[in-house]
Formats: sequence, C-alpha cells, structure tokens
Amino acid sequence: MEKLINEFSIGLFFWQLVLFIGLVLLLRKFAWKPILDAVEKREDGIKDALDSAEKAKLEMTNLQADNEKLLKEARAEREAMLKEARDIKNNTIETAKGEAQEQANKIIEQAQAAIESEKKAAMEELKNHVASLSLEIAEKVVRTELSNKGKQLELVETMLAEKTSK
Amino acid sequence: MQNIISRKTICLFFLMVTAFSFAKEEKHEGEGDIKTEIKEYINHHLLDTHDFSLTSYTTDAGEHKYIGFPLPVILWDNGLKVFSSSKFHHGESVAEVNGDYYALYHNKVYKTDAAGTIDLDDHHHPTNVKPIDFSITKNVFTIFLVGLFMFVMFSRMAKKYKTGSMPKGMGRFLEPIILYIRDDIAVPNIGVKKYKRYMPYLLTVFFFIWIINLLGLTPLGVNVTNNIAVTLALALITYFLTTFTANKNYWGHIFWMPGVPTPMKIILAPIELLGTIIKPFSLMIRLYANITAGHIVLMSIIGLMFIFKNWIGSSLSFGLAFALSLLELLVAALQAYIFTMLSALYFGSAVEEHHDDH
Amino acid sequence: MTIPNIVGAGLIVIGAGLGIGKIGGSAMDAIARQPEASGKIQTAMLIAAALIEGIGFAALFAA
Repeated sequence: MEKLINEFSIGLFFWQLVLFIGLVLLLRKFAWKPILDAVEKREDGIKDALDSAEKAKLEMTNLQADNEKLLKEARAEREAMLKEARDIKNNTIETAKGEAQEQANKIIEQAQAAIESEKKAAMEELKNHVASLSLEIAEKVVRTELSNKGKQLELVETMLAEKTSK
Repeated sequence: MQNIISRKTICLFFLMVTAFSFAKEEKHEGEGDIKTEIKEYINHHLLDTHDFSLTSYTTDAGEHKYIGFPLPVILWDNGLKVFSSSKFHHGESVAEVNGDYYALYHNKVYKTDAAGTIDLDDHHHPTNVKPIDFSITKNVFTIFLVGLFMFVMFSRMAKKYKTGSMPKGMGRFLEPIILYIRDDIAVPNIGVKKYKRYMPYLLTVFFFIWIINLLGLTPLGVNVTNNIAVTLALALITYFLTTFTANKNYWGHIFWMPGVPTPMKIILAPIELLGTIIKPFSLMIRLYANITAGHIVLMSIIGLMFIFKNWIGSSLSFGLAFALSLLELLVAALQAYIFTMLSALYFGSAVEEHHDDH
Repeated sequence: MTIPNIVGAGLIVIGAGLGIGKIGGSAMDAIARQPEASGKIQTAMLIAAALIEGIGFAALFAA
C-alpha cells in the first residue's frame, strides 16, 4: 500500500484525467455519435425492411385467403343457382306434365263422351233406320210372300213347324 | 499490396527490436551482478520516465548512450517552470532553471542544490522538497499519442459511415467490437432506456485500456496502465459518473435499504456507503495489479534467459516467455473488457428503476 | 517484505486461486449442462472472478 502511494504521481493523474475526459468528449462528438447513429439507422432500416416484408407476406396470405373465400362463395352460389334452376325446371316439367295429363284426360273424356253420345245417336238412328228398314222389308217380303197362296201356306206351315218343334 | 508489405515490415521491425533491446541491455553487464541488473531493469521499465527512450547502452568508454528523445518537464514550484528533460541527462546531472536546481531520484523530480545532494531518511526516502510535477512524461506522452490515434481512427471510421451504411476498412474489424460493447455490455447491464448516455465513456474506456495495454506489450517500453495514477483516474471517472447520474432508488438502497428491519438499515448504510467506494477502488487495483504482475512475470522470465546462460534453460524460458506473451495479449483485452463490464454494471445499479421484488 | 507478509500473501493467493478455480469449474459444469447459455455464464463467471480477484489484490497490497 505504501508502495502504491509512493508511486502515485499527481502529474500523471492530472494528465490522464484531462486527456481522457477530453478524449471521451471529442470521440463522443466526432466518432461514437455518428457511428452509433449510423449503425442504429442501418439496423432500423433492416428491421423496417423485414417488418414490411413480413407485412407484405401477411397481406399476400390474406389476399389469397380472400380469393379462396370468394372463389368458394362463387362456387357455392353457382351450385345453389344451378340447383334452383334444376328445381324450377323439374317443377315446371312436373306441373306441365300434370296439366297436360289433365288436359289430355279431359279431352279424352270429352271425346269419349262425345263418342258415346254419337254412338248412342247413331245407334238410335240405326235402330230407327233398321226398324223402318225391316218394316219395309217385312212389308215387301210379306207382300211378295203373301201374293202367292202356296207360299203363304208354306210359310205358315214352316212357322208352325218351328213353333211346335220348339 | 503496398500497405500489407509495409505493415509486415513494421511488425517485423518491432519483433526484432524486442529481442534486440533486451540483448543490448544485458550484454554489457555480463561480468557484474546480473540478477541485480535485471531487477533494476524491470523496476526501471515499470517506472515512468521524463524522457522517451527506447533503449540504452554503454559505450566502451563507460558512457551511457540512450536512443530516444527528451520530453518537456513542467513543474509547479513557486511558479510554473518548464524546461526540457534533456537537462537532467537521464538523471546524471542537475538541472538548473532560473536559479533553482532540480535532480532526478528514482525518476522523480526533487528540488536540490547545485551539487545535486539528495538527503535520505532512515527508510531511504528522500527528504528533499518535491515540486508538483506536471511533466509530460513518457506515459503522458503515450496517453496523448493513444488518444490522438484513437481520435483519428474512430473519426475516420465515423466519416466512412456518411457515404454508406456499411463499415469499410478498419470499421469492419471495429464495428463488431462496438456492437458487442453495446449489445452485450451496455444494454444488459444498464438497460435499454438509459444505456445511450454511457456509451461514449464505455467505448472510449474499453478501447483506451485495450490499446494502451497492447502498447505495453510492445518493446516500446511504455507501461501506462501499471501506474496507479492512471487507473485511479479511470476508476474515479467511473465513480463520479455513477454517483452523479444515480437516481433516488440507488441512494435509497444505500442509505435506507428497503425490506430490512430498521436496526439493520442503520448498520447497512455505512457498509453500503463504503461499498460504493470499494467498487471503483477494486477497479483501480485490478487493472493496475494485473498489468503490473503480468509485466513483472514476463520480464523476469525473459531475464531468466540471461541468468541461465545455457541452451536448455534459455530456450525453456524463451518458450515460457512466448506463452506468457500470448497470455498477456489475452489479459490486455480481458482487463479492458472487465473494466468496461464492471463500469457498466455500476452504472446499471445507479440508474436501475425501482422494482418491488425485494 | 517480512516473513508474515510473505505468508499472508501466499495465503491470499491460495484463497483467491481456490475461489477462482471453483468459479471456473462451476462455470464449466454449467456450460456443459447448458451449452446454449455459455455466453451468459461466461459473463457471470468473469464478473465473479473479477470481484474475487479485486479483493485478492486489495489484500495482497495490504499484506
């Protein structure tokens, strides 16, 4: 300890203090500040660039996701539309079919009714016609038949035979 | 290319001078008591001098010759006295300035008479009047040179950043170190919010100690950090920075330690107060002692080479000296790192915000 | 330097050596266990060693 105190030189202490503080102040102004600022600026720049890259990447993913979503929605919509159209079509066809059937049935019925009535009328007419015709024929036959005595008799005979054989 | 060659030449030159200067130093004392000579040489090497001499030798006529140049001596002794150290003739003669006589004794300036008598007391300490010595000694000169070197190097490095954001030249080597100090010393110890304030000091002190320690390993024979005055100045700056930037929380922890019973608070206060002084004191002692011890050991081992005087011992001590030099290279950086680290730690404790976990 | 001084200095060196050795050993253990934290462990180790060293030197100069 004594040696240390003996060795201590006030002049060296003074100069070291003065020179060193001067050096610190000088270097602070002319070296450390610019260097640290430049380094910091560069680091900030790098950080910003990285951040913006990250941001861009995120945006990209977002955009992609959006696109995907839109696409999906569009697809779903198309699907829905198609389905609706198909349904409408089917419905229309169904209704049309039913209506047509009905109409057809109606027409057929009407036709049948008309046919029936025509038939009836025709039958009636035919009946009447046949009756009058048969009457005429019968008159004529009877007239011709009964114009001849023999024949009249023969007829009676046959008829009687028929009746009796029965 | 030219650059590289010149750098290599300089390195080679230094290497040669190391071996050369030691060889020169020892050669002429072959017959005398070589152990005392080495001891004296080491002591001399560790001391500050008033001139800048690289090496010295003795001519056949017994005259000491020095290679170097004188430095100004500045004394405060009833007025400022400035004269060249060449007047001392390396301690061999008395310097006369305006009627006052000064002489060197163990590299310290004492006021004396025309005959240069130095009165010694029982402990071999001179009783002569010691003028206050503000001389530009070898160490002051070296500090100044290192400061100039650092200023030129770092301001040039700073200028390069103006043209582009990437470091160039020396900056490529220095920037990682600066970033290391910022990211691994300042920020974790002081905190993100307040580290910026201390960065200039931390960076300067790191590079200053490092460069000056490395310079101490060169054969220039300058040993700045093994002067207690230098390390005291550095430690004092750390102490004052800590003290004057400290916040309420720091003083609260010293004088009225929260979370302990009141009697303990009274006992703890002086201990803590003492602690604030011990911290820079240990900084001072550590740097001083490490560098001094390193130099003494290294030079003793180099000195062994001349004591053994046979090829086994000499080559062994040469290998040892080489290994130790490598270790000292590490120590030079390590001490700079530790000084910076601990300074940052103390600053950190001074500006630490209050937290409730204790 | 008197004999007690030398003995005291020796004791200090032994003590500080043991202390720093223990710190170094423990740090090695810790690094082996957690190699990824080696940087932090190294820093802590250096600080602890520096503190012991400081006390050691202070005592050495007092001796």
